[in-house]
Parts: sequence; C-alpha cells; structure tokens
Amino acid sequence: MDLTYTPEEEEFRARLRAWLAGALPALPPRPSPGDWPARRAYDLGWQRRLYDAGYAGLHWPVDAGGQGATPTQHLIYLEETEKAGAPYVGANFVGLLHAGPTIASEGDAGQRARWLPPVLRGEEVWCQGFSEPGAGSDLAALRTRAWRDGDDYVVSGSKIWTSHAEVADWCELLVRTDPDAPRHRGITWLAMPMDAPGITVRPLRTLAGSTEFAEVFLDEVRVPVTHRVGAENDGWRVTMVTLSYERGTAFVGEVVACRRVLAEVAREARKNGRWDDAVLRRRLGRLNAEFRALWRLTQWNVGEAQRTGGVPGVGGSVFKLRYSHARQELYDAAAEVLGPESLDPGREWTLDRLSSLSYTIAAGTSQIQRNIVAERILGLPRGR
Amino acid sequence: MDFQLGPDQKALRQGVRELLEGRFGRDALRAAADRAETPGEHVLDRTLWRELGAAGFFALRLPEAAGGVGQGLPEAVLAFEEAGRVLLPGPLIATHLAAGTVPGAATGETVVTAAGPGLVEWLDESDVVHGDTTGAEPLAVLDPLTPLHRLPAAPDRPPTDTRHTLLVSLLTAAEQLGSAARTCETAVQHARTREQFGRPIGAFQAVQHLCAGMLVRVELARAAVYAAAVTADPTDVAAARLLADEAAVRGARDCLQVHGGMGFTWESDIHLHLKRAWIRTHRAGGGTQSEEALADDLVVGPA
Ligand SMILES: Cc1cc2nc3c(=O)[nH]c(=O)nc-3n(C[C@H](O)[C@H](O)[C@H](O)COP(=O)(O)OP(=O)(O)OC[C@H]3O[C@@H](n4cnc5c(N)ncnc54)[C@H](O)[C@@H]3O)c2cc1C
Repeated sequence: MDLTYTPEEEEFRARLRAWLAGALPALPPRPSPGDWPARRAYDLGWQRRLYDAGYAGLHWPVDAGGQGATPTQHLIYLEETEKAGAPYVGANFVGLLHAGPTIASEGDAGQRARWLPPVLRGEEVWCQGFSEPGAGSDLAALRTRAWRDGDDYVVSGSKIWTSHAEVADWCELLVRTDPDAPRHRGITWLAMPMDAPGITVRPLRTLAGSTEFAEVFLDEVRVPVTHRVGAENDGWRVTMVTLSYERGTAFVGEVVACRRVLAEVAREARKNGRWDDAVLRRRLGRLNAEFRALWRLTQWNVGEAQRTGGVPGVGGSVFKLRYSHARQELYDAAAEVLGPESLDPGREWTLDRLSSLSYTIAAGTSQIQRNIVAERILGLPRGR
Repeated sequence: MDFQLGPDQKALRQGVRELLEGRFGRDALRAAADRAETPGEHVLDRTLWRELGAAGFFALRLPEAAGGVGQGLPEAVLAFEEAGRVLLPGPLIATHLAAGTVPGAATGETVVTAAGPGLVEWLDESDVVHGDTTGAEPLAVLDPLTPLHRLPAAPDRPPTDTRHTLLVSLLTAAEQLGSAARTCETAVQHARTREQFGRPIGAFQAVQHLCAGMLVRVELARAAVYAAAVTADPTDVAAARLLADEAAVRGARDCLQVHGGMGFTWESDIHLHLKRAWIRTHRAGGGTQSEEALADDLVVGPA
C-alpha cells in the first residue's frame, strides 16, 4: 500500500502545473451558464489548448490518438486542473469520457479515424441519446426504431434528457433494429449527425432554470450504415462498455472540488458565527471524513485499474452511490451555514445545491446503482 | 502511487485469517461467550494469547532486532481487521502497543490493558495496567466478551499521549472494519439462501439495497482505514475511525434486519458484533472527538 507518487509522477505533476499556470491567465472570461453557443466555444477552446499542449485524451490509448497516461497520471491531472481552477470538461463530456472511449474500443479503423481526432482537437461535440420517455432506468425498453433502407438506417422516435443536445455535432444513439428479438438483443449503437434532416431539438428547462438538457425528436432521420459501431443488434453489449466508462470515471475529479467547497463553507461559518453551533460544526467535520475517504477510495480504485489494465469495473457504482449523496449533503450544509441567504438563486452554492439534485438520478439512479452492487458485486440473485 | 495490498500484505492477511479461523472460529466464540456467563469464570484464553504472541500478533511492529516482526502500521491494521472479523476478545490493542516496553507483552505471556476515556477493558484479567485506574468500578456490560470498569471522572488526570490515542483509534477502526466486512458477508450469505415467497430473499430489492448499502460503507471505510495506516495522519485517522465505527454499527444492525426473527436471537452471532461495535465506539478518539478534529482541519489558519 503506497500513497507516495513516483518521481516520474511528480515530474508529470510539476510539468502540468507549470503549463496550467501559463495557460489559464490567457483564457477568455467564463460565459454565463445560459449561453450555450458561448459555452460550446469556451469548452472547445480549452480542449484545443489541451490538445496543442499534448494533454488531450490523456487517459485514451495511444493508438486512439490519446496520451496513454496511467490511471495515476489521470488522477493527478484531475487534481491539478481542479486546484488551478481550470475549466471542466463541459460540453466535451460525452465525447471525451464515454463516446470516444467506446469508439476507441469498439469502432473500426475508419470510424476511429473519422470521429476521434475531432473530439481530441476540440472541434466536435457529442451528446448521448440513450434515454427515452418510456425508457429511463429500464434502458432496454427503448423504442426508437431504425430500419434499413439501402446504405442507410432510417430512424424515428424520440429521446429525452439529452444533455447539451442543442450544441452537439454527434449523438451516440441507441435504436431498436429488431423489434421481434428479446429486448436486449435487438438494439444497435449508432453515431448520428445532429444536423441531419428530421431532427428537432427542444430544450427542457431544469429546476435550476437552465437548459442543460433537451428532448430530441427523430422523424425518419437517415444515418449511414457505416455509422454503426459494433454489429447490428449487438448494441446492448456496446452500451455496457459506454456505461462502464460513464460510471467509472465521470465524477472522480469532482471530489477534489467538493473538498475545496467544504473548506470554503467552513470558513464562511467561521466568519458569520455559525461555527459556534456544535451540531453544524460536527456535521461539517463528518463531511470532511466522507470526502477524504471518497478521495482515498478513488486512489484505491486507481490502483486497481492500474493493475487490471484500466477498464473501469462495477466498482464505479460503489463510488457513485456514496459520492452523489455526499455532494447533496455538502450543499445542504452550505445552505445551513448561509441561512436565509441560501434562498437567493444568485448565490453560487444555491445553484450548486440545485444541480446536486441530479447526481442521484443521472448516469443511473441510486436505486439502479444499488441493484448493480447487489447483483454484480455481491452476487445476490437477480430480481425481476 | 500504488494504493493496493502488496503480495506480502495479502499473504499476511491470509495467514492471520487462517490462524484465527482455526483457533477462534465460531464454536470457540460461542463457547467463550457461554463461559463468560458463568460467574467467576475466567474468559481470557491465556493459551490462545500466547499462541497469538508466538505468531507475532503483538510483536508485529517491533523491529526484528528487538525480536519483533519488523512490520509497519498497514500490516498491523490488516491483522486487527482480522481480529475484528472473528470478534477476538481481550485487550489486544493495549497489549500490542505495550510490546517492546512491557516484558512478556510481545510474546503474549503478559496481558496488558490501558485506561481509556472513562472506561477500562479487561482490568481484572490483565497483568499490567497502563494509566490511572484508581476508583475503577466494575460495570455490567452488554458484550459478554468485554468486561469493563468505569473510571471516576478525574479532571486532573494527565492528558493521554496523543500518539497513543492515535494508534488506539486507528487499530479500533481496523477492528470495526473487520466486523463490518463480516456482517456484510453474513447478510449476503443469508440473503442468498433463505427463501420466502418462493425465492431467495436476496432477489427482493429491499434486501438487495440493504446489502448494497452495507458494502458501500465497508468499502469507503476500508479505503479510509488503509490510507490512515499509510499516512498515520491524525485527520486521516479521525476520518477512518468515524467511517469504520459507522460501518460496523450500521452493518450489524442491517445484518440483523436481513436475518429477520433469527437475527433477534441470542443464538445468532450478529448481536455479538453489534454489542462489540458499540463498545468500540467508546474507545479513545471516536465520535464527537473525531468530528471536532475533522472540523478543525477544515479551518486551519486564522478565522
Ligand atoms: C441532469 C441529467 C442529465 C442527463 N443527461 C442524459 C443524457 O445526456 N443522455 C441520456 O440518454 N440520458 C440523460 N439523463 C437521463 C438519466 O439517465 C435518467 O434520468 C435516469 O436513468 C433515470 O431515468 P428516468 O428519469 O426515466 O426515471 P425512471 O427510470 O422513471 O425512475 C423514476 C424513479 O423510479 C426508480 N426506479 C426505476 N426503476 C427502478 C428499479 N428497477 N428499482 C428501483 N427503483 C427504480 C428510480 O430510481 C427513480 O427513483 C440525464 C438525466 C439528468 C437528471
């Protein structure tokens, strides 16, 4: 059990830190949350800088255009970028964290050449078209249909909760290609261009007032057969690859951010006198234990990933379960510290409190994660 | 960075597990608990204590030059985790910490206990007692395998050595972790086999979710306890202790729930885990103290 970093790892950290110190002051001001075109430009601009500096796709394999960094280096990257206040992956989330890795592992040579470089260079944005009005937790119930017509699939149906669909170029889309097959068997994974005729995107307003996600209506949209990743009707297996990436790595860097916010909340409490409330103070102490331990669990999982070759396992569910609830408790405590001020939607912590509500839902609800832990880690018999 | 068990650590854990399962398995635990109910019976098994000594349990961290095993805190934590799994009774931590200073402690010839905050465990059965125990009164206690004395409130009692408190807290966390892992496994095992409504109860989501919650607490506590063993940092130890206490106490409760009526019997071992876990939460450096230490850590520096 070793928590010290090797000289090579420390050198990587020092190099990254030096680069961040130079690159961040040159960044344009952060756009307002509601201005999606500006956010897209900002996020892609940051990605381009990472690309030019040799940090794009850090944890992607080298033959997919990535840097082939070790999981530990990736962890250092997440730690340092957060500490330096660098932008988050933002609109590049789907492309970099799960569509890209899925194409890297399941796509053919032409597909990898077509789709991976623009993600890395910050030229194209992806979104995830998995969920449907009738298929959320029960993803395999999806009904969006696709049928072959010459060299194209013709797709009709609708998707929902599609994050940043408004500004995406591509969509990792799940469609039903064989309605007669058992539910998990007739699904196919397609890369759909978001500018194809027949696509209507209707933004949905979140409870925080923003338009993070959208409904996507598909009316006989033509997607070339060459855009299919994996075999026809083998999309469920490909989807499991996507979901393992989504759940495995998506939230790790945010633990560092939560630790920073927690310290700020404590300092605010000291300033405004709430610190004298022993119950509140101890609650913050307990949250400190949670987030420290979540960071240790991250380091433990990284150690495991390093030994097993880097593919995230179901252990991501254990992390996500505890993290998503701890994050909500953090912002509840922040509200307690702020008192009535916490009701002001203009406060950063108030908006973060609202957005934290999605963490126990998105990427698989807590209930679904518990099912996964029970059945796939603990080996309990399958429920219905 | 490679935060995983090394091959030697895995071997050590396996060795301790085999020793304890062979020497203090379920039957031995129950026999000890029964014996403890007979007034005047000695409960501490001196032969076992010497066997532990011979196996290096107490001398684990003593340098080899001093006749020890020359291991570090991470290895000690793994050994105490195993002790927690089987509910090994006795003042294990005090004796372990006395190895090298109290003659015979390292080999298990001498049983050592130490006064904790307000309580002392195994006072009557120990050969050497650290700390001031004047006025100690025996206390009737829940866990038949942890005799306790209450200590009078003594404001002028010298402050306990902080390094000592740190180690007691960390090794206690390790025992709690072992107990939590054990009750989680026990619950899962039961849920796989017990049938109701024509299927194993583990196929019911309400039961699955209880078990999943147990595992999540165990894994988080494990990461925290192992990390604290590596860093020996007081805040890391406080975090480890808080999460391990919680994993053990709530794990035992949830395990009891999964067992239904059987869980509420004297017959099952679950109550022994719960009672011991409760007792361990009273040891130095736990509860409020951990929370306050962790709160302080958030505001280091001027207000
Ligand atoms: C902010 C945000 C962003 C999102 N982004 C995307 C995106 O980009 N692309 C995309 O495809 N999807 C996205 N989603 C959708 C997300 O994956 C789904 O919301 C989620 O899987 C839950 O599905 P649902 O909303 O249909 O709820 P439902 O599945 O209807 O669930 C409702 C409730 O029932 C519970 N429940 C359902 N089934 C079970 C069960 N078997 N056992 C126990 N309880 C159960 C759930 O836990 C929940 O509490 C996003 C969601 C959010 C909130």
